[in-house]
Amino acid sequence: MRTPIVLAAAALSLATVGGCSSSGSGSPAGAGATGDEKIAVAATDTECKVAKSELPAGTSTFSVTNNGTKVTEFYVYAAGDRVMGEVENIVPGLTRDVVVELPAGMYETACKPGMTGKGIRGPLKVTGESKPLTSDAKLADAVASYKRYVKTQSDALLDKTKEFTEAVKAGDVDKAKELYPVARTYWERIEPVAEAFGDLDPAIDARENDVAEGEEWTGFHRLEKDLWVNKDVAGDGKIADKLMADVNTIVQRSATVDLSPVQLANGAKGLLDEVATGKITGEEDRYSHTDLWDFDANLQGSKAAVQALRPVLEERDPELVKTLDAKFADAESALAAHRSGDGWKLHNELSKDELKALSDAINALAEPISKVASVVAK
Amino acid sequence: MSTGISRRRLFGLGAAGVAAVGAGAVAARSFAQEPVAHAASTSDPVPFYGPHQAGITTPAQDRLHFVAFDVITKKKAELVDLLQEWTAAAARMTQGKDAGPFGAVGGAPEAPPDDTGEALGLPPSGLTLTIGFGPSLFDERFGLADRRPPALADLPAFPGEELQPEISGGDICVQACANDPQVAVHAIRNLARIGFGKVSVRYSQLGFGRTSSTSRSQATPRNLMGFKDGTNNLKLEDTAMLRDHLWAAPGDGPSWMDGGTYLVTRKIRMHIETWDRAPLAEQEAIFGRDKGTGAPLTGHGEFDPPDFAKKGPDGKPVIPGTAHVRLAHPDAHGGARLLRRGYNYVDGSDGLGRLDAGLFFMAYQRDPRKQFVPIQRTLSEKDALNEYIKHVSSGLFACPPGVVDAGDYWGRALFA
Repeated sequence: MRTPIVLAAAALSLATVGGCSSSGSGSPAGAGATGDEKIAVAATDTECKVAKSELPAGTSTFSVTNNGTKVTEFYVYAAGDRVMGEVENIVPGLTRDVVVELPAGMYETACKPGMTGKGIRGPLKVTGESKPLTSDAKLADAVASYKRYVKTQSDALLDKTKEFTEAVKAGDVDKAKELYPVARTYWERIEPVAEAFGDLDPAIDARENDVAEGEEWTGFHRLEKDLWVNKDVAGDGKIADKLMADVNTIVQRSATVDLSPVQLANGAKGLLDEVATGKITGEEDRYSHTDLWDFDANLQGSKAAVQALRPVLEERDPELVKTLDAKFADAESALAAHRSGDGWKLHNELSKDELKALSDAINALAEPISKVASVVAK
Repeated sequence: MSTGISRRRLFGLGAAGVAAVGAGAVAARSFAQEPVAHAASTSDPVPFYGPHQAGITTPAQDRLHFVAFDVITKKKAELVDLLQEWTAAAARMTQGKDAGPFGAVGGAPEAPPDDTGEALGLPPSGLTLTIGFGPSLFDERFGLADRRPPALADLPAFPGEELQPEISGGDICVQACANDPQVAVHAIRNLARIGFGKVSVRYSQLGFGRTSSTSRSQATPRNLMGFKDGTNNLKLEDTAMLRDHLWAAPGDGPSWMDGGTYLVTRKIRMHIETWDRAPLAEQEAIFGRDKGTGAPLTGHGEFDPPDFAKKGPDGKPVIPGTAHVRLAHPDAHGGARLLRRGYNYVDGSDGLGRLDAGLFFMAYQRDPRKQFVPIQRTLSEKDALNEYIKHVSSGLFACPPGVVDAGDYWGRALFA
């Protein structure tokens, strides 16, 4: 009945198709969505019109057209913002499809113009029958669900890294600076998966002081320093090419990585540890000070991993789920105080007290998250 | 009651009785009346349960880790839960056990341990954990405004102080004292961890080398200026004086504080380098005591009462009018006394090559308005020592009475 692996493959091919299509490819709104027909989503900067708010259980395809001026994302969430399906990086004028398998229940759709925040939400009711899953099936489902997430994130990572590295090679410093935190967002959301490949993570994400004597410093932060401090990327063609190649490799490898539910749980904790040690202190993006983009991405990635496990957690420790929901909400709202336009304030614009409040919120969340692994392993 | 009194304690007190000239009679009597148990050797446990909190009249241990928390939860129930969790963890840790029931290595391999583990294999080391509630806890957040004791009145500003808000105040404090620094740090670290999401550490302070003795079984230690400090301190054996000067009594204020006490903390930075360049005679004149023996300049033994009227051949008082011992003495304040329990601190160096060091002053008392405040007002105006010190932080806390048994918890009467 449930075939998430096939779905992941479908999402890939459809996203590729969407990426090539022009603005005219969106299905007309109101098209009947029975069986294989697509459900049109008309996204603007302020609206997220989903053609249907009620669906039969099973597989559905949403076709998301961005009629706005900002890059957007589309999500289907189950309770607690568990990602059931998503499509990233829909630039203005583009249509992209996402295939989602939904058992009966209540869901939410969301467009995220500017790719941040809670997004523009709408209810989605799915009717029909769905058999309750066994505990083992729920765990397998959690892993499959998270792998879908990794897949969509890594696709967007490829796209945005390409744009970023091309801007660097073209010597377009302003554009590269604009793209730097955006490309990193996709990286930071799934970094624990990438870290499974020991050699590539440093090549992509090392800070200057991480590099051993005699080794070349490459990756995002090398370009960051050249963009913000040296203000010269003329000699960075090779560095940009290597970053693109390394990201390509890691994306390919991560598609094949075997994940366990405990690894998901530890990944969720690992992302918050990243926030606590690197982002709060401003060490991660020490030249651009765009640490809050990474912070937000880490938080989202952590939430995606935890929420993938949600059905298992609800069965085994409903109190923990309540705590996690409350603490995620607290951390998100603490961070939301520092929005600036579609992005974030710079790290060096925050006062010590503001950073402490963020640190408190992360600590409050990380403690209950550290308990998830043992609940999953029961 | 006798269970907390060991043979070694008897011996210690007997010896102290000989040393404590002039107070021996008080000490002998108080011994039978004051059932405050304390560690027999420096590695033994100090009982956690009792009518008063441990860590006040407990003979001062060698090491301190003091922490002040801000409460960040807005829910009173969460705060009460936390106080219960803390009390349980404190009861365990003071007896040399792990912070949680599974311990550092007894839990599930996938779960983070419920104890951080750095105290594994270490003895209880006389660990005491003492809690206090700051004035800010009695604001509108938890509906405690009408329970704020009058004695917990905000301290006035004193001349010359340069208080840094980020290391001052706090909603809740915990004083961890132990004879092993690792044991004290372990306790605070685990309490902070249990508190994540409900409280946030505002500041913490490590201290070493107790600067006061709180029992006649202890020799008077020296502060970082090289002088014996706390010779005339209130001590465990002074039962009548403890009653009058230390413990809040029924009728003093709200009943939840009966049997409790008030803590004032002051971080006092010393200008070590300039002090070290001061001539010995000047140093002794500033304190009013002999640097070697600790005796007042008018006497020969440490515990000789100072003779403030005595004049030298030049017709001037032997103990100068600005001497620390004169200004801080109970005689200058209608008999007001403090139970001082401070520690030396060194926070490394200050970037200008100077030792960032001084005294983390802590004093327990029945009513700061009648004790610390008048004493400090006098000192801040006249004390010759002011040239060499600077108060950089301040804290005031109401320390509730002791936790009586496993069904009780820190602050139960306050939140009842």
